Amino acid sequence: MELSYYPGCTIKTRARNFEDSAMAVLHELGVNMVELPRWNCCGTVYSLADDDLVHHIASVRNLMHVRKQGHEKVVTLCAFCYNTLHRANDIMRDNAEKRFAINSFMDEEAAYEGQVSVSHLLQVLRDDIGLEKISAKVQKPLDGLKIASYYGCTLLRPKSAAIDNPENPTILQSLVKALGGTPIEFPFATECCGSFQVVDNRDFVNERAYEIINSAVKNGAEAIIVSCPLCEFNLRQAQVKLKQKYTDFKGLPILYFTQIMALSFGLDIKINDFELNSTETQEWLKKEKLVV
Amino acid sequence: MARVELSSKKLHSEFIKKVAEISGQNIYQCYQCGKCSAGCPMCFAMDVLPNQIIRLAQLGLEDEIASSKTIWLCASCLTCDARCPKGVDLSRIMEAMRLLTLRINKNHIEPSKMSTETLAELPAIALVSSFRKLTS
Repeated sequence: MELSYYPGCTIKTRARNFEDSAMAVLHELGVNMVELPRWNCCGTVYSLADDDLVHHIASVRNLMHVRKQGHEKVVTLCAFCYNTLHRANDIMRDNAEKRFAINSFMDEEAAYEGQVSVSHLLQVLRDDIGLEKISAKVQKPLDGLKIASYYGCTLLRPKSAAIDNPENPTILQSLVKALGGTPIEFPFATECCGSFQVVDNRDFVNERAYEIINSAVKNGAEAIIVSCPLCEFNLRQAQVKLKQKYTDFKGLPILYFTQIMALSFGLDIKINDFELNSTETQEWLKKEKLVV
Repeated sequence: MARVELSSKKLHSEFIKKVAEISGQNIYQCYQCGKCSAGCPMCFAMDVLPNQIIRLAQLGLEDEIASSKTIWLCASCLTCDARCPKGVDLSRIMEAMRLLTLRINKNHIEPSKMSTETLAELPAIALVSSFRKLTS
């Protein structure tokens, strides 16, 4: 299977552990990810103003490049990129007036009408590859590991872009199960971590992380998996401050779902770039003998 | 919340029209059930609750909205939108209110005043989305 791949800004820098592990896992599953030869930042957040079309241009340009590349479907790893590209594509497909305005503005490129479909990697794993095939690749099952799945916002909201049931998603838990782990349910799985507020209101984001991580701990989780580089950063960076503030706070390892896939597939440990995860996460991996 | 003064002028203000136009939402649909505030992940830090913001908007109380921190604490997580029984997308109303300030070139945060340490520590996804949401 060959798929067009849109990386995005953070995947190529801070979240290389996400990209490298995803590429290795997909290679193992027989998927050839062809990176878009020309891509630009999607803008990270979808504009919520009705009269603001200019902020959709960056996303639409990427979608035009997918067509030029000869592909009908583009896949992202980053949950933010998925959301922004998906919703820009919806406008181009469903809103004739806005489509006309955007195409007229971008008149140096071939008109675009939303022909491409935008998928998140989790959808590809569930719908195109199938969990059975993933299960068959498992060499070192995550026996007994209790893993909480944290979805955040952009894979589930708005409903038009949801990859699963927005209030009760199961895709990550099913994946954990397929890898031999024990999925842990917790009530904060779809609650926002505070997102970009980390720039201006870090203390508030840290409090969000406190609630989310503690809720996972209370329900018996030993680690949290994520699919968004901003959730990963927020939940990871907060733990240093939270340990100073709350003496009873123990914290949890934060991993990308592709990293636990690579571990269970028994792939070369280097492709996980664990040095980009927290020191505590690395120590935990050693303690659990997931990394030798 | 402090005492507010209502007037016919405020009820028919340009502010209400602009919020409706930019957000594409009918703010009068809201009947104050409070589900938006109940589910809001940032409301613990807000001085005015999300459902109160929409009530203030219905009454044209622009100054009360402008003096609260609420619209700048909204993280656009869309939980309010997902749960509103009347189909009002409050996240779009919050965005419209922010834009009324940002579009007169008033930034809420100043990237040029951020320390190089902070800029180096934060991932691009955090910086780009924050600048998109909070600067003109």
